[in-house]
Amino acid sequence: MAVNFEDYKNIWVYAESRDGKLMNVALELIGEGKRLAEDIGSDEKLIAVLVGDDSVADLAPECFEYGADEVYVLADPLLKNYTTDAYCKVISDAIQEVKPEIVLYGATHVGRDLAPRIAARANAGLTADCTHLDVSLAKYIKFANEKTTLNTSNLDPNSTDKGLKMTRPAFGGNLMATIICPTTRPQMATVRPGVMQKLEREAGKTGKVTKLNVNLTEDDIRTKIVDIVRSAKEMVSLTDADIICSGGRGLGDASGFKLIQEFADKVGGVVGASRAAVDSGWIDQSHQVGQTGTTVKPKVYFACGISGAIQHLAGMQNSDIIVAINKDPDAPIFEVADFGIVGDLYKVIPQIIAEWDKAEELFNEAHPEEA
Amino acid sequence: MAYKIIVCAKQVPDTNVIRINPETGTLIRDGVPSILNPDDANALEMALEIKDKYDDVTVTVVSMGPPQAKDLLREAIAMGADRGILLSDRAVGGSDTWATSNAVAAAIKYAGDFDVLIGGRQAIDGDTAQVGPQIAEKLGIPQVTYVQEYELSEDRKTFTVQRQLEDGYEVVEVHTPCMLTCIKELNTPRYMSIGGIFADPDSKIEVVNADDVQVDKTTVGLKASPTNVFRSFTPKPKGKGVTVEGDTEKEMADNLLIGLKYKQVI
Repeated sequence: MAVNFEDYKNIWVYAESRDGKLMNVALELIGEGKRLAEDIGSDEKLIAVLVGDDSVADLAPECFEYGADEVYVLADPLLKNYTTDAYCKVISDAIQEVKPEIVLYGATHVGRDLAPRIAARANAGLTADCTHLDVSLAKYIKFANEKTTLNTSNLDPNSTDKGLKMTRPAFGGNLMATIICPTTRPQMATVRPGVMQKLEREAGKTGKVTKLNVNLTEDDIRTKIVDIVRSAKEMVSLTDADIICSGGRGLGDASGFKLIQEFADKVGGVVGASRAAVDSGWIDQSHQVGQTGTTVKPKVYFACGISGAIQHLAGMQNSDIIVAINKDPDAPIFEVADFGIVGDLYKVIPQIIAEWDKAEELFNEAHPEEA
Repeated sequence: MAYKIIVCAKQVPDTNVIRINPETGTLIRDGVPSILNPDDANALEMALEIKDKYDDVTVTVVSMGPPQAKDLLREAIAMGADRGILLSDRAVGGSDTWATSNAVAAAIKYAGDFDVLIGGRQAIDGDTAQVGPQIAEKLGIPQVTYVQEYELSEDRKTFTVQRQLEDGYEVVEVHTPCMLTCIKELNTPRYMSIGGIFADPDSKIEVVNADDVQVDKTTVGLKASPTNVFRSFTPKPKGKGVTVEGDTEKEMADNLLIGLKYKQVI
């Protein structure tokens, strides 16, 4: 199955939408894909691929405004709701016909269902849950030097290699691995929501929309969506939060999350949790931060009673400021904390809540020269 | 007519107890126990629940791995499975998800026909969630992933399942033969039974190689895998910050707030 690389061109982003709205991760991937396209060359395009019923084409302007060069539309009444069979067929057919060099998907419950099936059909390599992507080896070396312990002395920064280098956590977040597809095309990856940066919205930017051929019948679809139930509980938007107050096993029991909620309410934050707290059944999994939960990067991350397992650190260490509150001075969380408080969280947090509104005043007293 | 269930299961290192050697940045695997992958235990439990309900159900567990992965099959049989098949061959070593699905699909064909194929959503050593859908594709059957609840119709030909979404779930109907991948919300796996432990499980386990399952050897193993590991490494530890001083909790809170203001994050 030798593949002629010259036949494969451009970067596609599966621009996932639900209920007529683009997912945030789609816009993040358009931004990231556009950066990669520029590193490949001036004639490499970022193409957003919309899949749905006829109304899905309405989302094209938003794709352009966030950086897409072109939009492909795969529309059919049978594509109204996501089904594995239908979406896999129409996207696989398009890949086979048009031959993209790279295809990116959000690592959502839809992307993680769809992309592997497409990869199996296309005999393409697929890397799951990526947190960093590069085509330029020079940029990869820069990333590795800044963020990792990798020895890059044997990598050539002047290399002309433009293969996709896909970095992801491995072994429960204990290790990072960079994956390549040296012999197959397209190169495919699912990418974690909340990790890549959207481009600044450019109002009124537009481009070419192409309707691709859809060849689909009811018999192609072997599952039937009977109902879609959106949970009554508000979706926890950890990825967008400026402040996150997270609780771990150090809370002692489920009732500890009442204090964490009170804390979050006071500071305008969102409640997060460690895997240990979720596994103990103290709080819903939707709050989980870490390698197996959500990756977050708020302005302030309060880790309360969280020891700092590597899999948790993997999901929050890119926060601007990390505050750790823990009884155990040897807890690994203190190794990554900008501010560490060794103490009883049940005594410390109520004081932070009580003093929160006085922060400005306290700062001016402590730094009169800057007041 | 017998009702046949095949469960895909993997033996994995317990990644929750893996530690990194801070000097060398490598995994310390010594003393790390091998376990039945958690999501796969939920898949096996679902199969055993169906077996409990009807008296003509057979549950076959198919796995791939080194010879010691036989322990997993012993455990599965002690929980109530009827039969275990382990594909163990150097030819399939180093397979990525694409190549693994070729090998496991061949082992499933070797195991015989089935009504439903059940697996875990993902394994904790790789967390890819790719092998389930890729096996379904290779076998040409429909899939439903992230299954958190199920109902089986009276004629046992239709599963109506809840497929978990980030903000709820969808109710999906699928006819057999099909593949379902399970998440931990589905059930609580049972323990091994005393009878099961003493019932000579080895007589129900078959260890097979790539030739036995007639897999095309150009589609398995490290060389056939479309993805390769380019580099692996550990993230750079973030520099340690300051310990917030204070004789009382109030003083510590005040000093923290001053620090956060200084950093202009609040």
